[in-house]
Amino acid sequence: MNDKSELIISKIKKETILSLLRKNERIDNRALDEYRKIQITTGLIGKANGSAIVKLGDTTVITGVKIQIDKPFPDTPDRGIQIVNAELIPLASPIFEPGPPGEDDVELSRVVDRGLRSAEIIKLDELVLIPGEKVWAIFIDIYALDYGGNIIDAAALASVSAILTTKYNKAVIENGDVRITDEQVPLPLGSIPVFVTIAKIGDKLIVDPSYEEELVMDARITFVIDDNNNITGIQKGHPGTFTYGELIEAKNLAIRVSKELREKLPSVHNE
Amino acid sequence: MSGEKPVKLLDEKGIRTDGRKPNELRPLKIQVGLLKNADGSAYIELGRNKIIVAVYGPREAHPRHVVIPDRAIVRCRYHMAPFSVDERKSPGFSRREIELSKVIREALEPAIFIEEFPRTAIDIFIEVLEADGGTRTASITAASVALADAGIPLKDLVAATAIGKINGQLVIDLNGLEDQYGEGDMPIAMMPSLGQITLLQADGRFSGEEFEEGLKMAINAIKKIYRIQKEALKKRYLEISKEVLESE
Repeated sequence: MNDKSELIISKIKKETILSLLRKNERIDNRALDEYRKIQITTGLIGKANGSAIVKLGDTTVITGVKIQIDKPFPDTPDRGIQIVNAELIPLASPIFEPGPPGEDDVELSRVVDRGLRSAEIIKLDELVLIPGEKVWAIFIDIYALDYGGNIIDAAALASVSAILTTKYNKAVIENGDVRITDEQVPLPLGSIPVFVTIAKIGDKLIVDPSYEEELVMDARITFVIDDNNNITGIQKGHPGTFTYGELIEAKNLAIRVSKELREKLPSVHNE
Repeated sequence: MSGEKPVKLLDEKGIRTDGRKPNELRPLKIQVGLLKNADGSAYIELGRNKIIVAVYGPREAHPRHVVIPDRAIVRCRYHMAPFSVDERKSPGFSRREIELSKVIREALEPAIFIEEFPRTAIDIFIEVLEADGGTRTASITAASVALADAGIPLKDLVAATAIGKINGQLVIDLNGLEDQYGEGDMPIAMMPSLGQITLLQADGRFSGEEFEEGLKMAINAIKKIYRIQKEALKKRYLEISKEVLESE
């Protein structure tokens, strides 16, 4: 860490957060199950096939989607390729270091990738041009711009929003070869996942932890919820623990809150 | 989680490809204290998985800037040998190994009295020699035994297994084939005596009810693994006391 002082929270502030929570109140006046203000802007990067900036309270994340024709992986010749990369760049916070992706970056990329993949938001089997030779590869690149806590949900919201609004030039097969047309089409979409991260502080469960809340939390757990209220991903993080009862409560809370979150997503491009 | 199934993962009688029932663990063997240099060590065989774990520490932490004044830092390195899988794996660290090192560390750290050892480091090195599904959970089970073997005070052992879904049915302790072609995978680690869950991940698709049912199945299986961990440790202590008596 460049600046360790950013990782230390004053005892007074910690005590304030904890004593407020005992009364089911939060330091920023939110309810325990309330997200911070969410603002989603899509399509602002002209050169990307899809893009979205998400502001979740003080956290800002941008995702860009680029699409290109690639060779499929040998073990999945009849599926397109989905690659998620996330970087917590030092631009976004004094706690982020320059250099190759660290474990937090890698965890974020992989959690978002698994959540999207398990829900099958992008129907990869419909992105094959010539089986075993040419498929569409979808690159989803996530960059933190301002870090204010709960990066997973913000990154996932940005990624889902970018995917929902992605357009690319349709390709057709002519004489056994691929020809790119001028027709702009949306991605073939399956179930749309919503990520809900819950922090445990003492014996309280709160959604969407802010940066200060993350500094005092015992553990966090992210549930990925699909269109039909199924769980398509889970990731517990931080060296703390949950009881069985807390996990059931967190699961029910995540499913309930995912409905409100889902309404914030941009409408799908359909024409 | 996808792709064509080359085999039926569950037959008409509900028996799995390796002959197990849905709630049956693979054969599990744990050996304690087999390495000379490490402060603690353990070797685990779970089905075809073979994993060796070494613990060093608490020891002086290097580099100095990682030191924390009021507790030990816990570091974990999960690595798969190039020959441990079907296609040779590059010996360098993959993104998967980086993530697993992190979640394994976070599954073990809650069990350690880190505040007893300020300004030190506890290093956990995991080498997967052969992999067949469930290496992260087997690694946690073995690493917690290795921590105990190192004499590091623990709140409890940590035992782990995975719940999976094959042909719509919840099963315990996924093997490699079931992991690759099943519909879901949910690894869970727990301090059994304390009822505290220290690792939980999932991919694939589970309904809310399946999640609850799966958690219960996992907790039951974890209790069985916990007994085997304790037996392995007791066996090692008996060996040591015998050695001491004979040398006198």
